[in-house]
Amino acid sequence: MADEDDIILSELDDEELVLQMHDDLYDGMKEEIEEAVGILLDRNWTPYDILTKALVAGMTVVGNDFRDGILFVPEVLLAANAMKGGMAILKPLLAETGAPRMGKMVIGTVKGDIHDIGKNLVAMMMEGAGFEIVDLGINNPVENYLDTAEREGADIIGMSALLTTTMPYMKVVIDTLKEKGLRDKYLVLVGGAPLNEEFGKAIGADAYCRDAAVAVETAKQMLSRRHNQMSA
Amino acid sequence: MISDAQLSDQGLAPAGKGRVLLIACGALAREILALKAANGWDHLDLTCLPANLHLHPEKITPAVEAAVRKHRADYADIFVVYADCGTGGQLFEKCKELGVEMVPGPHCYSFFEGNDAFAAHADSEITAFYLTDFLVRQFDAFVWRPMGFDRYPELVQTMFGNYEKLVYLAQTDDPALDAKAREAAARLDLAYERRLTGYGDLTAVLSKL
Repeated sequence: MADEDDIILSELDDEELVLQMHDDLYDGMKEEIEEAVGILLDRNWTPYDILTKALVAGMTVVGNDFRDGILFVPEVLLAANAMKGGMAILKPLLAETGAPRMGKMVIGTVKGDIHDIGKNLVAMMMEGAGFEIVDLGINNPVENYLDTAEREGADIIGMSALLTTTMPYMKVVIDTLKEKGLRDKYLVLVGGAPLNEEFGKAIGADAYCRDAAVAVETAKQMLSRRHNQMSA
Repeated sequence: MISDAQLSDQGLAPAGKGRVLLIACGALAREILALKAANGWDHLDLTCLPANLHLHPEKITPAVEAAVRKHRADYADIFVVYADCGTGGQLFEKCKELGVEMVPGPHCYSFFEGNDAFAAHADSEITAFYLTDFLVRQFDAFVWRPMGFDRYPELVQTMFGNYEKLVYLAQTDDPALDAKAREAAARLDLAYERRLTGYGDLTAVLSKL
């Protein structure tokens, strides 16, 4: 039996429920998020609206508080895990309902590096923003990025590294793209704890992305600029 | 003896004796003092910055710079006992600018094992998580709590799922530390390996000063 203080999600109206989902995401409550997604679907919300208004908006608050030093990595991971639970329900429905597609991104952690927390967060937020993601996982040599991007017809190549000893490998990938005459075909976004804007510029990336939210905004802006240029 | 907690949070002030000042990471204090005593290196004085700077590597270079500027008038020479330590070359550039030398190598795991030996197996050991004597003693303060595992044990798999083994690079042959390191490996659900490295390249580097 529920405690007196327990919130019955199904008894909340839509606005209250969405705000409650933001709170539950913040607190990493996966089961509650999954339940709430089900309730909104039952109320005939579109999967796209649930994704953007409840999950992505809630995760944006988490991201902002992480950036501002209010939340730390463990809390962000729990929130991400909760969002993943909701997305697992929505993903097949999004494809069926023809949600807007923003572009395709091939993303992976570079060769010699097995750290994937940041990469996974970026992949999840990009997916939430409507990008199709091809996740290469960890420890990727240059050919994984190039072959997959070519095969998949990707718009963006994303590279992640946590170690100062592995981040120079990003330049190997970019230099290989140049050698093969493919550099201008892709947006190249880089990220990871030890990187900074200066490093991104020095290796010839299109942008260094400080966090997942910045990656989403950067990808959206740069792709739309590129489309505008092509249609001009 | 100075406590690990103090070396982690506050560091160590110089004794004020000796013509060369070592500005070191607090995680290396015991090892440097042991080498100094064993070799009679009375010309070396030691000050340490808090070891917990490693939780925010971007703070290491400014902290080292401030220490060099603070002490340089009091000593004939200064030597920085840090490797790159996650600064991405920034510490090296800063030391060059300040005209002081530092320990070569990517981090203390590497120079304790020997930079050449470490580099030789670096590619085949990317799934290894390393601990030194200091980090074994301070495992909870430097790994378990900062990662949030005390509050959210379910995150161990999320954060360490891609690792396969914990390698304890032992500076001293201490069965108690061996047992503690083995326990740390079990808590992270990793295989365990111990390598007795001694002080590695650190001895040779300090002996030239």
